[in-house]
Amino acid sequence: MSAPTLETSRREQGVAERGRYQDWPDQIFQKLQEADIRHVAYVPDAGHSRLIRLCHDAAHMKTTVLTTEEEGIGLIAGAWLGGERGVLLMQSSGVGNCINTLSLAKVCGFPLLMLVTMRGEWGEINPWQVPMGQITADNLRLAGATVYEVREPADAAPAVEAAGRIAFNGGLTAAVLLSQRMLGTKLFKD
Amino acid sequence: MSETNKLNRRRVVADLLADRGDLLVVTGLGSPTYDCAAAGDHPLNFYLWGAMGSSLTVGLGLALAQPKRRVLVLTGDGEILMGLGAIATVAVKKPHNLAIGVIDNEHYGETGMQRTHTGSGVDLAGIATMSGFAKAVTVRETAGLGDAFTMLRSAPGPVLAVFKVAAEKDPLVLPTWDGPALKLRFREALLGTKTAA
Repeated sequence: MSAPTLETSRREQGVAERGRYQDWPDQIFQKLQEADIRHVAYVPDAGHSRLIRLCHDAAHMKTTVLTTEEEGIGLIAGAWLGGERGVLLMQSSGVGNCINTLSLAKVCGFPLLMLVTMRGEWGEINPWQVPMGQITADNLRLAGATVYEVREPADAAPAVEAAGRIAFNGGLTAAVLLSQRMLGTKLFKD
Repeated sequence: MSETNKLNRRRVVADLLADRGDLLVVTGLGSPTYDCAAAGDHPLNFYLWGAMGSSLTVGLGLALAQPKRRVLVLTGDGEILMGLGAIATVAVKKPHNLAIGVIDNEHYGETGMQRTHTGSGVDLAGIATMSGFAKAVTVRETAGLGDAFTMLRSAPGPVLAVFKVAAEKDPLVLPTWDGPALKLRFREALLGTKTAA
């Protein structure tokens, strides 16, 4: 047997690193706690399911299920008026529902932290998810958001921390997009 | 329907907000914002000038953050119809301190008085009731106003009152539309200057 090449050892190191950050939802949850988030509003996505469970189990966090994502923008603006910080969780398709309502956050300078799990972006097998997934980041930028595109689990929590700082210190809209590379692909199998 | 609606929107809102005490008020864009400003500007008024469909959710976030304060959302039929799902979201959260007043003229007053669905029979109080609101009523006559005001000001929420008002154009009374100024003065009045910024 020959000794591992430099390339294979790097690859193995990469796999080990990824494994270490597979609990990235827990790490995001930790950052939300550190940022004193008290209200978590969401339209569910499978990619957010662990984070949603953690938030539901946290006694100091309110959780609100929305019928459509733009409700969360008003809700979190209202929470801020009342002295509370919130976060909005959604799937990338929901970003399209939000566009006009994002003007509320922008025109008033409400802090808005959005955590978006991607569909239609990497390995998607449902073509109906692709049109919105392909324009999610550009749409958010056009609407005035600062966008953090995360592809590696290790980058998730640092991106949430950075986005939260921008949002709450600056009264800005900041969105963290979590790639389908991290989430896996919905396979439509029993 | 609108031909028979007699309530005067400005009088309804002025009477509802008389002796408002420490009430927190969120208004939906268009005429409810002007009605509220006409009743008297106040730092604890947060006027929406856009983001149509958001008045209920702004009120909900505020009510849940401030459970000891009464929150009143004043909006119109067109505005609430755009965010109808928010009635379900409010009903599920059951905020005991949230009241919603709908100034229903059955028309889009800002865009040329086209009819809204409430003029064709859509029953907002019925939707709220069936969604699980603590109470929801429709008021057509001045005789019913007193009970509705008492409900909005003090009954356990969430509660909703629809006021069937005449489709008239009132003189414009425009509050500021400077969003950061509205946000900051509201937070200062509610939270104090230290935590407002």
